[in-house]
Amino acid sequence: MITKELTCVVCPAGCKVTVTLDENNQIIDVTGQTCPRGKTYAISEVTNPVRTLTSTVTVQTKDGAKMLPVRTDKPIPRPTLFEAMEIVRRTVVTAPVKTGDVLVENFIEEGINLIASKDFE
Amino acid sequence: MHKKLIIIGGGPAGLAAACAAVKRGLSPDDVLVLERDSEPGGILNQCIHAGFGLHRFGEELSGPEYAGRYIQMAREANIPIMTNCMVLGLTNDRQVTFVSPELGYVTATADAVILAMGCRERTRGALNIPGTRPAGVYTAGCAQRYINIEGFMPGNRVVILGSGDIGLIMARRMTLEGAKVLTVCELMPYSGGLARNIVQCLDDFGIPLRLSHTVTEIHGKERVTGVTIAKVDEANGRKPIPGTEEYIECDTLLLSVGLIPENELTTGAGISLDRMTNGAAVNQFRETEAAGIYACGNVLHVHDLVDYVSEEADIAGTHAAATILGETEKTVKSVKVTTGFGVRYTVPERIDITETAEAVRVFFRVTDVYKKVQLVIESESGEVLVKKAKSAVAPGEMESLEIPADKVAALAASEDKKITVYLRELGGSK
Ligand SMILES: Cc1cc2nc3c(=O)[nH]c(=O)nc-3n(C[C@H](O)[C@H](O)[C@H](O)COP(=O)(O)OP(=O)(O)OC[C@H]3O[C@@H](n4cnc5c(N)ncnc54)[C@H](O)[C@@H]3O)c2cc1C
Ligand code: SF4
Repeated sequence: MITKELTCVVCPAGCKVTVTLDENNQIIDVTGQTCPRGKTYAISEVTNPVRTLTSTVTVQTKDGAKMLPVRTDKPIPRPTLFEAMEIVRRTVVTAPVKTGDVLVENFIEEGINLIASKDFE
Repeated sequence: MHKKLIIIGGGPAGLAAACAAVKRGLSPDDVLVLERDSEPGGILNQCIHAGFGLHRFGEELSGPEYAGRYIQMAREANIPIMTNCMVLGLTNDRQVTFVSPELGYVTATADAVILAMGCRERTRGALNIPGTRPAGVYTAGCAQRYINIEGFMPGNRVVILGSGDIGLIMARRMTLEGAKVLTVCELMPYSGGLARNIVQCLDDFGIPLRLSHTVTEIHGKERVTGVTIAKVDEANGRKPIPGTEEYIECDTLLLSVGLIPENELTTGAGISLDRMTNGAAVNQFRETEAAGIYACGNVLHVHDLVDYVSEEADIAGTHAAATILGETEKTVKSVKVTTGFGVRYTVPERIDITETAEAVRVFFRVTDVYKKVQLVIESESGEVLVKKAKSAVAPGEMESLEIPADKVAALAASEDKKITVYLRELGGSK
């Protein structure tokens, strides 16, 4: 049996939720939450935590190199964040770019893209 | 130069106020937004992380995306925005002086002025940490600008003092960029940051948060070589406890110790500030004590969600336009809003009830973390005007209550001169 301690972030109460897993990583118990939303949150955090990655890439503009804010259009699995940063670091784009432009397709996972989050002329 | 409406600051507050004023009926040619930076958008331009706009647009946007939406709206409404335009002075009778590269030194008058200058970070000077003054000490927002706009990393081994949201966001940002964030020290026994940021910016990367800790000394001659941290005594004015000192080797110290509204222009116009918000005291339309001068966004009080900034700017912009168009009602009675148990400040600080009494939403911050409470607004004569139960409240998250229109009307008819916002504990531990 393994237990995992989490803080529920769904509301400011910030309940400490404990998730108990068996040897096969199957959830057998969730305790500590004050409401059902805490349980849903805890299960997703333990089974497949995902995060939206935001960063910057270099954009070549007529006024020289600038920093272009970028993000993933869907959350990616948390353990892939550093691998994702390696791809971000290698990405260079040339203006013009518009908010929402896809910079890297199938980023980390099929169907997830790295997109621009600002306009550069 | 004369304009019907001049807005100082082209951040989300200024842009939303301008859009609201035009929507209310002002011609865009009668409106002018003055922005000192080379582009509009305000501080959100450097807040590249996601989490903005959930309330406003129903989706999670990054800071530049959120700002971009308002820049777009202002452009579509043909609202003139003058960039590189620094406002130097404001008077009580709405004279605005500014400098611009095209026009030079200009004095303009306006029927109404909306203050939307945002806030700035508290700096170390306000904190007085002993030790040398080497390079490598930055505010978290300054580091955010270096990394996200200028594209360079200010350091490799980082200690962060203060667990405000900007500091937490920077802990994650610098970690993802390859730096080692050693610890975040927080003077208080709880963090002022959102729980979501503690989890996703610290816990995700195993960065320890040390509550009731502070930095007692900064080491290094040219560059920071380390800091000394210590536990503080809650019972003794949060003084460092001798013997708990710990030396941490690092090359960078980030300060995330709070924001203060940027109100030099406001005080220059003789408008007094609310001691708790550090912003002007306003009525429910966000009008200050000076007629025709409004304030909204972070210059009025520090918001944690930009969505509320936009909402507040809507109120100010709409009412300023209505006043200019001569379409507002007379005030029949003014009522003070005061704070009671557990409430640090409210916005507005007064309600100017008009002939047709309308519902009023009062925003406020609590003083401490409380569980199982009731939020209450009570009249001077003891009538509960509105109440709401909450499982938990924290100083980091703004609360609000709406006084219904019929209660506002009843207030106008009563003898009461003030109302009080307070917390009632419903049992359970603090
Ligand atoms: C470093 C930092 C990071 C932040 N991060 C977040 C975050 O992650 N999430 C969040 O919700 N909120 C964040 N905030 C709060 C954020 O400021 C607000 O959410 C929002 O940007 C406030 O909008 P505003 O228009 O009131 O102020 P601002 O965005 O600060 O805009 C004010 C504008 O006024 C201009 N100005 C000021 N003085 C003058 C003058 N004299 N003349 C002409 N122009 C002037 C400034 O250049 C600026 O463009 C952050 C604040 C800071 C300081
Ligand atoms: S479990 Fe429910 S009450 Fe507790 S923090 Fe999560 S959402 Fe809030």
